[in-house]
Amino acid sequence: MAKLVSLAEGVADLVRDGDVVALEGFTHLIPFAAGHEIIRQGRRDLTLVRMTPDIIYDQLIGAGCARRLVFSWGGNPGVGSLHRFRDAVQNAWPRPLELEEHSHAGMANRYVAGASGLPFAVLRGYTGTDLPRHTTNIRTIACPFTGEVLTAVPALRPDVTVVHAQRADRAGNVQMWGITGVQKEAVLAARRSLVTVEEVVDELVPVPGQVVLPGWAVTAVAEAPGGAHPSYAQSYSVRDNDFYVAWDAISRDRDTFQDWMRRQVLTSEAMV
Amino acid sequence: MTDQYTADEMMTVAAARQLRDGTACFVGIGLPSTAANLARATHAPNLVLIYESGCLGAKPDRLPLSIGDGVLADTADAVVSVPEVFNYWLQPGRIDVGFLGAAQLDRYGNINTTVIGGDYTDPKVRLPGAGGAPEIAASCGEVVVIVRQNLRTFTERVDFVTSLGYGTGPGDRQRLGLRGGGPRIVITDLGILEPHPDTCALTLTHLHPGVTVEQARAATGWDLAVADRPTTNEPPTTDELAVLRALEATKGTR
Repeated sequence: MAKLVSLAEGVADLVRDGDVVALEGFTHLIPFAAGHEIIRQGRRDLTLVRMTPDIIYDQLIGAGCARRLVFSWGGNPGVGSLHRFRDAVQNAWPRPLELEEHSHAGMANRYVAGASGLPFAVLRGYTGTDLPRHTTNIRTIACPFTGEVLTAVPALRPDVTVVHAQRADRAGNVQMWGITGVQKEAVLAARRSLVTVEEVVDELVPVPGQVVLPGWAVTAVAEAPGGAHPSYAQSYSVRDNDFYVAWDAISRDRDTFQDWMRRQVLTSEAMV
Repeated sequence: MTDQYTADEMMTVAAARQLRDGTACFVGIGLPSTAANLARATHAPNLVLIYESGCLGAKPDRLPLSIGDGVLADTADAVVSVPEVFNYWLQPGRIDVGFLGAAQLDRYGNINTTVIGGDYTDPKVRLPGAGGAPEIAASCGEVVVIVRQNLRTFTERVDFVTSLGYGTGPGDRQRLGLRGGGPRIVITDLGILEPHPDTCALTLTHLHPGVTVEQARAATGWDLAVADRPTTNEPPTTDELAVLRALEATKGTR
C-alpha cells in the first residue's frame, strides 16, 4: 500500500543521486512541484527520462541536476526551443548533457516493455531515419514467424517514476483522467514511484475515462495542490499558456534563468 | 475585390484546402494544427483530428497552443493513452493523412527537426527532435507538409533525417518496408510542390498569386524542378480569411 508522505519526504526517500528518473505527463499533469523539490534538494548526476522534456526538464537541466537525458521531443510546445536544454547541448552549460534520443512511438513502447516485464519492445519505427546511428538502443529484429524485419528497443526501467494525478484516497489508490499519456506504463515500469495529487480524498468517485493505479502498485503519494502548474490538471486547473510563452524570455539568458530559479523555486517551499 | 492577406495566411489556407472532408488526419502542432482547424471550420467539418497526446476526433473551438491543451481532450471522441495512439491507431495504417512541419526539407521530402550544422554531438543548433514525426511520416496513408520556403529550410541535403520522405529517390520507401505513401504535397508561403511521379523529386506545380518561378527558385537550395505551366492558386476567400483570423485570435486562450 502506498505511503502518504509530504512532497519533501517523498523526494528525499525515493529520488537519489545518480538515479534514472522519469517524470512523465504528456502536456497534461506534468509533475512540476516534484521537479522543483528535486532541484531544491540538490539531486545530481540524474539520468532524466521523459518523452517530452519541456519546461520542467529545462529547469532541472539548467539547475545542473542531470548528467544524461533520454527523450523523444525536447521543446516548449507551441512556443519553440528549450534554451537551457540547448545551452547544455551546444555549450555544456552548466555541465555536459549526454543524449539518448528516440521517437515518441519508441519511447512509449519502451515503457510498455518495462511495465510488461519484457526485455524489449517491437514496433514499426525509426526506419530510414538517422536516429539509429546515434544509439545502440535502436536495433532490428526479424519476426520469427514471417521473417519481416522490425525495430526493437530495450525496456525502460527507471529507478523511480514521478507523476501527478488528480486524486488519491487514503490507501494511496490514485485516480487520473483527461490526457493520461504514458503515466500508467511509466509507473509500472519503475522500481519505485512517487505520485503527487491535487487532493487526497476519503473516497474516489468514478470519472469517465479514468485511469486508476492501485495503491499497492505505487510506492508513495504526496498531496501537492496545483502541483502541475504551469501544466494543468483537468477538472482542477487550465494550462497556463501565458507562462509557457513567458518562459522563452526567462530561460534564454543564464542570469535571468538563475535569478528566476532563485526567486521562484529555491527560496520558496510553497512555489508550485 | 480581393482582401489583403499575408504570405503565411495564403500558405495556411492553401494547406487547409488539401485536407479532404471525412478523412483522419494526424496533426502536428504549429502551422499544421492551424491549417487543420481551418479546414474543419470551413470545407471539411467531418475532418477527424488526431493529436499525439491521445485525443482522437478533437473538435476544438479555439486553437490549442500545445498538442495537449484541455480543449482537445474535452472535445475528443475518445482520449486514449500515448502507447495506444501510436500502436493501435498510427502503426496499422488507420490514419489517412500525416500533417507535418519541418525545420529543413530536401528535394525528396526528407524532414529534419533534430539538429542543424556541426555534427550530431556538437550541433550549431539543437532543435526539439523527432516526437511522433518519424512514424507519422512512415505509416500514414500520405503526408502533407507545410513549411516556409527559404534557403535555410530548403536544403540540398538535410543535416539529419528525422522523418523519411522518399529517401534518396524512387523505390527507397518500398525497400525499407514503409507502408505509408510518403509526402503527397508540400505547401509553402510561395506555392505548392509535389513529388514527380518518376523521380520523386519535389516539383513546383502551383504558385500563390503574385509569386514568380524565379522567386521560388531563389528560395530553394537545390536546382528546383518546375512543372511546364505552374498553376496559380486562388487567393484566400473572404470567408477563409475571416475564419483563419478568428481562429488565430483564440490561440492558446482558455
